[in-house]
Amino acid sequence: MQTEIDDVSIEDELRTQIRAVAANGAEIEIIGGGSKRFYGQAIEALPIDVSAHSGIIDYDPAELVITLRAGCKLLDVEALLAQNRQMFGFEPPCFGVDATIGGMVATGLAGPRRAYAGSIRDFVLGVKMLDGRAEVLQFGGRVIKNVAGFDASRLMVGALGTLGIILEVSIRVIPVYETELTLSYEHASADEHIRWINGLGSKPYPISASQWQAGRSQLRLSGSEQGVSQAAKLLGGDSIEPGWQALKEQQLDFFDPKRPLSRISLPPTSPDLLPDTAQLIEWGGAERWCCGDIDVVALREQVASAGGGLCAFRGHAAEVPIFHPLPAAMLKLQRNIKSSFDPAGIFNPGKIYPGL
Amino acid sequence: MSQTRRQQLAARFREFLPSESVIDQPTSLTAYECDGLSAYREQPLLVLLPENTEQVQQIMRVCHEQRLPVVSRGAGTSLSGGALPHAEGVVLSLAKMNRILQVDELARSAVVEPGVRNLAISEAVQAKGLYYAPDPSSQIACSIGGNVAENAGGVHCLKYGLTLHNILALKVVGADGELFEIDQRALHGDGYDLMPLLVGSEGMLGIVVEVTVKLLPIPLCARVVMGVFDSVETAGASVAAIIAEGIIPAGIEMMDNPAIRAAEDFVHANYPVDAEAILICELDGTEQEVSAQIERVEQVLKAGGAVETRLAKDEAERLLFWSGRKAAFPAVGRISPDYYCIDGTIPRKSLAAVLAGVRQLSEQYGLRVANVFHAGDGNLHPLILYDANNEGELEKTEELGSKILQLCIQHGGTITGEHGVGVEKLGEMCIQFSEPERNQFHAIRECFDPLKILNPGKAIPTLARCAEHNAMHVHDGKLPFPELERF
Repeated sequence: MQTEIDDVSIEDELRTQIRAVAANGAEIEIIGGGSKRFYGQAIEALPIDVSAHSGIIDYDPAELVITLRAGCKLLDVEALLAQNRQMFGFEPPCFGVDATIGGMVATGLAGPRRAYAGSIRDFVLGVKMLDGRAEVLQFGGRVIKNVAGFDASRLMVGALGTLGIILEVSIRVIPVYETELTLSYEHASADEHIRWINGLGSKPYPISASQWQAGRSQLRLSGSEQGVSQAAKLLGGDSIEPGWQALKEQQLDFFDPKRPLSRISLPPTSPDLLPDTAQLIEWGGAERWCCGDIDVVALREQVASAGGGLCAFRGHAAEVPIFHPLPAAMLKLQRNIKSSFDPAGIFNPGKIYPGL
Repeated sequence: MSQTRRQQLAARFREFLPSESVIDQPTSLTAYECDGLSAYREQPLLVLLPENTEQVQQIMRVCHEQRLPVVSRGAGTSLSGGALPHAEGVVLSLAKMNRILQVDELARSAVVEPGVRNLAISEAVQAKGLYYAPDPSSQIACSIGGNVAENAGGVHCLKYGLTLHNILALKVVGADGELFEIDQRALHGDGYDLMPLLVGSEGMLGIVVEVTVKLLPIPLCARVVMGVFDSVETAGASVAAIIAEGIIPAGIEMMDNPAIRAAEDFVHANYPVDAEAILICELDGTEQEVSAQIERVEQVLKAGGAVETRLAKDEAERLLFWSGRKAAFPAVGRISPDYYCIDGTIPRKSLAAVLAGVRQLSEQYGLRVANVFHAGDGNLHPLILYDANNEGELEKTEELGSKILQLCIQHGGTITGEHGVGVEKLGEMCIQFSEPERNQFHAIRECFDPLKILNPGKAIPTLARCAEHNAMHVHDGKLPFPELERF
């Protein structure tokens, strides 16, 4: 299917705008729905609203691919997919009704199913974008298998708009599961949960989400009726009401908006680094949320030596760098990549790191 | 390039490499002249066989200082000439770096050197109930380093993803000899995600020296059903119908009549030789789950117009059903002196139209074409049958191949699904990508390799190459400057 789209006029408008900005030596902040604007370093630049660039370019459920303009509202797209018994595999958070597809891709934020189905990057098949020269570039495509040229489309995922304006994106979708079941278990410590959940990973159980908080683990099973009921018999546990939507949207009591929120990413089997601090652990142990005051600098060192990183996700003091620092050579490489797309540095300057 | 230069360089590399790790005798160099695309051959100056990361770094420092082209090579099974040597450069073979360094059962991952064979990983972890999912048809021979360079696929991609989706970390030696890491074991990292750039970069952004792969639990049960069709259109429509049911098969493959006949003659898989197309659909999961789903698939196939469906009754028959498909390439090799494998991907809905176009082109060029198709993910492999001994037939075959790829682009597809661009599809790259897009590829390359010493001349065509290609298209059939080398 396709929605009515007003040919290329908005695209042309954006190109004109970028040319003017580049000519004036100005900088812009790309704004979609604004729901995830908090994510990343605060920047001072001319806001440009790109949310009007919306519309469905192509959706044929049998192809398992949807091609959208970046301004499409995430909730609308999810509703459309649901009508066709399909969904995004990575379970993206909205953080607000105005969330757009462009913002979803640019932030790369994924929900509970990420550890089991894959990341946004894994599902993006192609991107059409505007670079810093106001050129329209297309990378990837609308097919699942494609190795022509460097895979620059997936590079846009999580780049927070620093490489250009995402105009359109093709994303692979998956069928919704026949059934889901959430089970609950007691695990007194984080380490107990980490060992348990990783141990389950070596068996072909249809697990689609996991979390641990305050001594309780939860497991979501998704799949066919037969697969889920068979696994549930083997796994035991108490069947409970699912709370995954609230977890994804960070609406659980754990996420106290008045306190700083940190995301600690670690290889899933890493032992707990914060036994005395309240944490919410998901993604099979890889994503560990911590709500409260922590020594970011000291913890970053510890996390890095375990092979992970710490993002000062939300509500930290202004002087704390949001993202985990990169080694100098890697930062230099990434700055060069940024310059190759955006030579004058006009898009979201400094949103991730200085110069990026 | 003089013999003296070769000897000087060999001496330089022997300062830090064992003598036998530097191949400089023309007779021994011959073995490295080509990869799986044997129509293209070139003798390198030297072949180097480092045994560890430090040696790779030392080699790269010398090459960087001397601005010496470096072509990295795994098992040499590339079908696109990705590992074709450079006459003025060295081949860096990772074959000696073939150790499995670590298997972490709890984390379901393995750390391996680039020269480890794809299948060797699954064999090494089988006893733990785990396996490495991507299974390119060359998996007995191809190496994981090559899989990373090409983003290799296989028959199970639709459900289990490509190489990109099954890699957790890479250690890479850059063009300047410095080591860098992309570590995604934590599932999220800040900054740009460079993994998709590196995976599939055809040896142009760095030398992969260590790979951490994701391991999956072996499915408890796998079963196969075959659908027999009297037209490729109904077979194609049935694939869409299965997907519309919400079922993601572990593998779903299609073969057309010429491919069915060739396979049947070769392996006697009891294929229906009069069928226009067959679909082989595999489902995996728990026993009850698979039994329920396979029944549904059988119903869909019947409702979709299959003249017959066959359910493999046991593991032996399941393997028999697969044997014909897996032997399709060598089977075609038996009925023709040579064959040329094309690797386009198309949206599934265009299958009938593209196959009709291929048939028409096949008649126009007077060359037979057999089609095998990874139907789940739209990856089409037309095999063009030809005889290289016939004057001009290889050129005619390549032209037909190029026309087929252009047809794929016209239908919203791509010129390569899993074999890579290499030297083979540089011309088609000029059609699929605009000049600004190609310039961006070159710019990305220069971020990693400013001196452009890594696998030069591959994967991304230069401006001049495209100008030439477009000129060739203007004078269709009559190539200007016939004395020029064309890669």
